[in-house]
Amino acid sequence: MNDDPVFKALADPTRRQLLDRLFERDGRSLTELESDLAMTRFGVMKHLRVLEDAGLVVTRRSGREKLHYLNPVPIRLIHDRWIDKYTERRVSALADLKHELEETA
Amino acid sequence: MSTMTQTTVQVYMMFIKASPEEIWDAITKPEFTSRYFHGSLVDSTFEAGTPYRSWSPDRSTLWVEGDVLDSDPPRRLSHTWRSLYNEETAGEEASRVTWEIEPQDGGFSKLVVVHDQLEGAPKTAESVSGAGWMMVLSGLKTLLETGEPLGS
Repeated sequence: MNDDPVFKALADPTRRQLLDRLFERDGRSLTELESDLAMTRFGVMKHLRVLEDAGLVVTRRSGREKLHYLNPVPIRLIHDRWIDKYTERRVSALADLKHELEETA
Repeated sequence: MSTMTQTTVQVYMMFIKASPEEIWDAITKPEFTSRYFHGSLVDSTFEAGTPYRSWSPDRSTLWVEGDVLDSDPPRRLSHTWRSLYNEETAGEEASRVTWEIEPQDGGFSKLVVVHDQLEGAPKTAESVSGAGWMMVLSGLKTLLETGEPLGS
């Protein structure tokens, strides 16, 4: 799938803050999430919508409430695709260096 | 990095380039689960009211035990879950795992896994959160999309 919506969703401090709040405690209503953000309800809804479209937030109904859950999967996939690759090379370069130093010692 | 507080509902959602039937098979057939679910072998008829079991790779030890609550192939499966794979979690109360599969455009399906009713199983909640379900589900996705297990 396309990574763009995930990167776009993460490129905003309010949206990252919303993810952090769900990380602290998952399964929150809109009312809870907007309570300590200096933003209108409509603004928070818009940000949640972007997060939901990117798959970073999943909503479930619980009785009359709509609860928001953090979905960690897209971040994991980005980690696998974009971060592992580069950090692994650096780690293996260090491993090679260690190997070389030990060989010549 | 802050630690995650205990949550009693965990939700995982992903898109997989596979049909609902293929995903259903991957969840319900031991020849598939052995390739992405820590080598475990699922064992159930997947009819409501029957046991749901998952065995160690050599079938000597029961790793997960539960009951099928609700089954609607290839769209929905719900079963209880008791983690027998370690001593700390084995004595805890049963929780519930629900798999929902929805076909999407372009040959994709949406898979949502909800692990809830974890109130009486805090150690299980901890053990399956973070890398727990994530490794299993990204392994499932990789297996269905490439035919190979994760990391091979």
